[in-house]
Amino acid sequence: MAHMLRGAAAVVGLGLTEFGTLPERSHLEVMAEASHGALSDAGLTVKDVDGLFVSNFASPFLALQSAEYLGIDPAVLDSTNIGGSTFVSHVQAAAMALATGVCNVALIAYGSTARSGGRAGQGRGPQVRTPYEDVYRPRNPIGSYAMAAARHMHEFGTTRDQLSSVAVSARAWAAKNPRAEMREPITVEDVANARMICDPFTVLDCCLVSDGGAAIVMVRSERAGDFPKPPVYLLGIGMAMTHDQIAQMPDITVTAVAKAAPRAFEMAEVSRGDIDVMEFYDAFTINTILFLEDLGFCAKGEGGALVESGAIAPGGRLPVNTNGGGLSCVHPGMYGLFTVAEAVEQLRGEAEGRQVEGAEIALCNGNGGKLSSQVTAIFGTGAAV
Amino acid sequence: MSGNRTFDSPGPDSVYRAALENGAFRIQKCGGCGAHIFYPRAICPACGSTDLGWVTASGKGTVYSTTIVRQKPERGGDYNICLVDLEEGPRLISRVVDAPPEEVRIGRPVEAFIGELDEERVVLFRLAEAG
Repeated sequence: MAHMLRGAAAVVGLGLTEFGTLPERSHLEVMAEASHGALSDAGLTVKDVDGLFVSNFASPFLALQSAEYLGIDPAVLDSTNIGGSTFVSHVQAAAMALATGVCNVALIAYGSTARSGGRAGQGRGPQVRTPYEDVYRPRNPIGSYAMAAARHMHEFGTTRDQLSSVAVSARAWAAKNPRAEMREPITVEDVANARMICDPFTVLDCCLVSDGGAAIVMVRSERAGDFPKPPVYLLGIGMAMTHDQIAQMPDITVTAVAKAAPRAFEMAEVSRGDIDVMEFYDAFTINTILFLEDLGFCAKGEGGALVESGAIAPGGRLPVNTNGGGLSCVHPGMYGLFTVAEAVEQLRGEAEGRQVEGAEIALCNGNGGKLSSQVTAIFGTGAAV
Repeated sequence: MSGNRTFDSPGPDSVYRAALENGAFRIQKCGGCGAHIFYPRAICPACGSTDLGWVTASGKGTVYSTTIVRQKPERGGDYNICLVDLEEGPRLISRVVDAPPEEVRIGRPVEAFIGELDEERVVLFRLAEAG
């Protein structure tokens, strides 16, 4: 019997702000612009929303702040924070709230001015201290991911060039996306020779720091056809976590995707071969390699060779991060919602200049913390339901 | 090993820090399942028991992974960050401080000592002889 969430809810509205530098604007203003865009896309206003899902690095009261700011009268309010995967986890929470009738129109929204406003622009208050980690100043999150990359290179012989090819591929996709911030082509040598940040990562192994926002509107599937744009259905979703502090990650080369993805595939009733396009939270180049392995697109340790083969680049057999990803398109601190946004554009056939022809099923993988939380979501067109 | 004191005052975090101030690197050992635990907990993450006692760590460990945090010389220069697997089992984040960061490699044996970072007592490591 099909899972009750399979195909139960759909994305009917998408809003994106400009990406890059949005000076003299607050994170609430950017979130509001994205929300307005998503609601307009669906032919709705804030007055139609009764479920609000938001997150950033702000106070625990962000949901109150955002609902007040937008003038929303919510039956469901959620400002969970499990890191940058949060907004993909919000898709699960929203689908549950919609499917059970607790709310009827769910808005998932994010805005940040991490570049222009620094920590304040992300709404970040005083840094939460992890007493057994922060005292060593590991330059988190970069240091934690760098140690995952170093261990992967040690155990499996993953090379500098293979890490670089993730960044080169992301940039090649970004070159096709007018909205992407970084569109100049780069080479594997460019990545290796860039400024070293935390070995083995140079600055080009690391995601951008941007201003920007995104929002989506979800409804129950029974009314998903009543909106202007073709609905994008949630087919399956799974979440898992392994740790908070990197020293507590059981095997630093195996992420919680290995647990989350089977849950998503089972619910969606699809297999890996059915996936047309994938959008990963590529905070660092190693992420894409780890996620391809943990999703099962290759054996553990073979992700480096897979990305080096060109499979994930434009024209490859496994298109990954078709917008340019956090490495080259946009990264305002928490990227999760942008994976969903790109999946929606691809499944609507609206990904101008970078459209994966005939895309019917898309997989998103949100990543949070220091490879800590993982949420895998599988979306499909009406034909895929 | 003491009995079930994890919900009493001082809590495990304070007990650990007090020992560190007195020059001892102590970790917990679970009376329920025998697992060694670091960082200090009130409930064993391996089995759920609250029967957690203290043992002095041997300080012997192996580098599980490592990185060099690059920093301008005027801000203090590059430094090592590493994950160390203690011979008792737990893994912790720390620094190897007695060698150039380039010499800290995965698999190298290391030895703990108690030092200071930013005026706080912490467990640090130095390179050790193999075997």
